[in-house]
Amino acid sequence: MSASGETAVAIAAVVRSGRRSAVDVIDEHLARIEAHEGSVHAFNLVTAAEARAQAAEVDRRIAAGDDVGPLAGVPVAVKDNLCTNGVATTCSSKILEGWIPPYDATVVQRLAAAGAITVGKTNLDEFAMGSSTENSAFGPTRNPIDLSRVPGGSSGGSAAAVAADFAPISLGSDTGGSIRQPAAFCGVVGVKPTYGLVSRYGLIAFASSLDQVGPFADTVEDAALLLEVIAGHDPADATSIPQPSPSLVEHLDDGVNGLRVGLVTELIGDGIHPDVAARVREAAEALAAAGATVEEVSVPAVAYGLSAYYLIAPAEASSNLARFDGVRYGLRVDAPTTNEMMVATRTAGFGPEVKRRIMLGTYALSAGYYDAFYGQAQKVRTLIARDFAAAYDRFDVLLSPTTPTTAFGLGAIADPLTMYLNDICTIPTNLAGDCAVSVPFGTDRDDLPVGVQILAPSLGEVTMFRAARVVEAAAPARSSAATDGRFHA
Amino acid sequence: MPAHISRDDVAHVAKLARLSVDDAELDTFTAQLGAILEHAEDVEALDLADVPPTSHPFDLVNVLRPDEPGATLTSDAALAGAPQAEDGRFRVPTILGEAP
Repeated sequence: MSASGETAVAIAAVVRSGRRSAVDVIDEHLARIEAHEGSVHAFNLVTAAEARAQAAEVDRRIAAGDDVGPLAGVPVAVKDNLCTNGVATTCSSKILEGWIPPYDATVVQRLAAAGAITVGKTNLDEFAMGSSTENSAFGPTRNPIDLSRVPGGSSGGSAAAVAADFAPISLGSDTGGSIRQPAAFCGVVGVKPTYGLVSRYGLIAFASSLDQVGPFADTVEDAALLLEVIAGHDPADATSIPQPSPSLVEHLDDGVNGLRVGLVTELIGDGIHPDVAARVREAAEALAAAGATVEEVSVPAVAYGLSAYYLIAPAEASSNLARFDGVRYGLRVDAPTTNEMMVATRTAGFGPEVKRRIMLGTYALSAGYYDAFYGQAQKVRTLIARDFAAAYDRFDVLLSPTTPTTAFGLGAIADPLTMYLNDICTIPTNLAGDCAVSVPFGTDRDDLPVGVQILAPSLGEVTMFRAARVVEAAAPARSSAATDGRFHA
Repeated sequence: MPAHISRDDVAHVAKLARLSVDDAELDTFTAQLGAILEHAEDVEALDLADVPPTSHPFDLVNVLRPDEPGATLTSDAALAGAPQAEDGRFRVPTILGEAP
């Protein structure tokens, strides 16, 4: 819920009807940001003045009788790897510090066209590479549920902004789980849409064949509404599916009677914390109680997802991040020759995790290793897509944990490979190009939120959201002790 | 267990990627990249001779637009974020390794 206990749907309704001004809504959220942002650090930049001006414009248009759109006056937080015209965009990297994009990402344009009001740019792991938001050059974000813990990542700032009620909805990007994992850690809903459903124009690229922009929200309905607003064909993105945005909200309450749900065997056993596995099984029971049939299903190739991902994503990143060379934008460290300038700029501008992945990707693509690493990983990608397709012949949606554990402490994981293991349940969806959502479902023994992942085939969002709505309705409420503990860890 | 990536390999890829790494970083990165590549052995070991590679979630086709002039960034806007610009162009230091 938002600061006033309202969802995006509720805020838009009162603002559109003129019963409450958009300025009032924005002021309330900005006051909450001012009170708690110091302890959470969800944002790299809060755009208070711009937000107030946009809210005043929304109010003026409503007074004039205009239809302002389905997100009229709704505050939204935007991940800081999405370009915003005239507003600094950093990817939480020193190499882009101070850079002002000359254009808006398509999703940012669509938010504005729907009447939403951007309140700030959210923190992330540098260039979206990480699972804790500790890799930000501007300091970590803290989990609003427990400030001693990470919010997950890489879209940790966007997840925390919703969990802290700084905005009812936000945008993130998901390359291997970067929306769903922080959503699970922060107890909010997070969606990785089908590859190509949402435009990537203006999303600063990490791994182009895997990246997808998607919504965070406190409710499944808000997430579906936000996805409707940002989805749909964009001529500026050559990988955008040439179809209009699907109707998702309309079908939310269609139920799951007769729906076939497969519980993924490989993602419910070893390596999954027993409390997390227990919540997933309870969610499966809730779906069965609502009329779905639930069976276990083996999707064998997902076991190889992590290895394939950590060859493919760094390979694409090493190519995409070659553009940060001190010539066209961002940091330049002066040196006598251009080559020395590029080396000095990239060495000073990139943090250790980004350097690690650039080097890993360069190695995987280099002569003599290409076939063994990158080529082999691409073939595993085929296996994963085949195994998912076989599972979707028998099941409408699949079910798994979003993450192996709940939120861990800041600084608790120092080893890169151990950090990567956070993404074992989420990565296969990106490799296949399918969609998935993380829905909060109860807590572990420490009262930390657990996320249940519902996976669906390419363009299966309507069915995915129907199942998500049933899981959400069945979710046990978090104890009031846990919610009262926000900001007091 | 043979090393999956040598210190010299790491130094080489750093050079290819236009990154400078000192001796301590070389040690750290060699160990970390080695551990990640060791984990990837499960993929390396699979017999996938008959499996075609997938580079993208769906088959990409060329996307064309009508060949008509449209709105674009102005030269000034495109150059506004550049560390150095001159006469409508990006300015860089000497190339080809020539000392100034």
